[in-house]
Amino acid sequence: MSKINRQTWRFNHSIYLGATGTAVGPLEARGPLSGNFDKEFEHLDCGEKSWAKAEQSLMRRAISFCLAKAGKAEGDIDLFLAGDLMDQTVTSNFIAREHRVPFLGMFGACSTSMETLAASAQLVDSGFADNVLCAVSSHNATAERQFRYPTEYGGPTKLTQTFTVTGAGAAIVTKEPGKVRVSEATIGRVIDWGIDDASNLGTAMAPAAADTIWTHFQDTGRKPEDYDLIVTGDLSSVGAPILDELLLEKGMDITNVHQDCGTMIYTPDQPVNAGGSGCACSAVVTYGYLYNRLAEKSLNRVLVVATGALLNSSTPKEKETIPCIAHAVLLESVKEGAES
Amino acid sequence: MLNDPKNYKENVKAYQPKLPYVTNCLNAFWVGGSICLIGQVIQTFYMNIFHFSKQTAGNPTVATLILISALMTGFGIYDKIAKFAGAGTIVPVTGFANSITSSALEHKSEGIVLGIATNLFQLAGEVIVFGVVSAAVLGIVRLFIEQVF
Repeated sequence: MSKINRQTWRFNHSIYLGATGTAVGPLEARGPLSGNFDKEFEHLDCGEKSWAKAEQSLMRRAISFCLAKAGKAEGDIDLFLAGDLMDQTVTSNFIAREHRVPFLGMFGACSTSMETLAASAQLVDSGFADNVLCAVSSHNATAERQFRYPTEYGGPTKLTQTFTVTGAGAAIVTKEPGKVRVSEATIGRVIDWGIDDASNLGTAMAPAAADTIWTHFQDTGRKPEDYDLIVTGDLSSVGAPILDELLLEKGMDITNVHQDCGTMIYTPDQPVNAGGSGCACSAVVTYGYLYNRLAEKSLNRVLVVATGALLNSSTPKEKETIPCIAHAVLLESVKEGAES
Repeated sequence: MLNDPKNYKENVKAYQPKLPYVTNCLNAFWVGGSICLIGQVIQTFYMNIFHFSKQTAGNPTVATLILISALMTGFGIYDKIAKFAGAGTIVPVTGFANSITSSALEHKSEGIVLGIATNLFQLAGEVIVFGVVSAAVLGIVRLFIEQVF
C-alpha cells in the first residue's frame, strides 16, 4: 500500500468488492432506489419484537445475502468489521456473536460505512486478511429512541432535521477479481466549526466533508470532472449546498457531479424533513444502487464520502459543539479483461 | 465567506430553511381549537346525560381525552397529526397523555418496573416539575399580596 501525503491510501493490489448485501425498511423500499436492495421489509419492526432486534435482523439479512452472493461460507472470512449507531455498537456486537469470525468493532457515527470499508481494503491489501466482511446498520426507531424521542411521541421536528435510514449494508472485500474495485481511501480529520444543534447535522458535517474532498483532490492531483459521481453520506438538502459553496469558495466546483445519499434514497414528498441519515444511508445507497451502476458500468468512478457527527445524546445538552468527520473511498468499475 | 471556522455558525444562517411560522400557527390554532371543542362536547355530554355539575364534569372529561389520546398514540395516529399540528397537539392534555404513553410503549421491551415505570415520565417529568414549582411560587406570591393588601 502506498501512502499519498498524510491522509490518502492508494492500494498496491487490486482490491475488489466481492459481493454486497443490503436490507432496508418500508419507507426506503418505497423510495426512488427501490429494487436495488436485496431485502425490502414491509414493516418497520422487520417481524421482530423490539426495535433493537429489528435492527439486528437488518444486519443479519444484509450479511447473509452478501455471503450467499459471494459464494462464501463463514469459514472463508478472516475478519469481520462492523459498526452502528447504538450505544457501545451493540447491534454489531450481537451479530458478531452469531459468527465464529474474528471481529473488530468500529465507530465513526454515520461515517462508519466507509470507515469499515477503507479499513477492510487496507487489511486485505497489506495481506493480513484474504477476505474481510464489513457491515453497518441503522434503524429509524432505535436511533429516535436513543438520540431523540420515543417513536410515537408527537413532538415538533425541525426542517433541518434528518430521518435515520432503516437498513443495513454488508460487503466482502477481497483480492479475488470482481466487478467493482476499491482503489483509494482518504481518511478524514475531525472538524468542529461550532455548530451545537443536534437537529442540524447537515450543517455541522459539511465542513468535514469539504475538508476530506479537498484533501482527496490535493493528494491525488485529480479534478472533480475526473469522477462520474461524488456522493456524500447524509448531508441532506441543507448540508449538501453548503458543501458545494465551501468548495466553490476555494475554487473547486463539484456541483455537477455531487449528490447526497440522504436525498437520493427518499422522494421529496416522503416525510423525512431534510433527508435521510444514519450509517445505513450511505451503506445501502453504495452497496445497493451504486454497486449495481458500477457493476453494469453506467458509472465508472465514484467517490463515496461518508459523513459522521461524533456526538452522543448528552453532549448537546451540555452545550458541547459537534465534532464531525468524513471518510472517502474511491470505487471504480472494472474494465473488461483487466488483470489483478 | 463560509470558510471561516470562527464565524461559520453565523455565516451559515443564510443557507438554513425558513420556518413557515404563519402556516404553523394557523395549523396549531385550528387543530388545538378542535381538540378543545371535542373536550367541550364531552363535558356537555357528561353534564346533560350523567348530571355532573360544571365543576365535577372536568375530571371525567380530562380522563376521556387522555384515554382517546393514549389509544391514538398506541395505534400510531397521534404523532402523525402532531407532525402537522405542532403546538396544537402538544399544549392540550392530550399532548401530555401522548408523551406518557409513547414513553411507556418505547420502554416496554425493558420490562414493567425498570422499563415502563422508570421511563413513564421521561418527557412529562419537566412539565410536572415546573407545574408544581410554579404553582407553589405563585401560591406564596398570592398569599403575600392578600396579607399585605
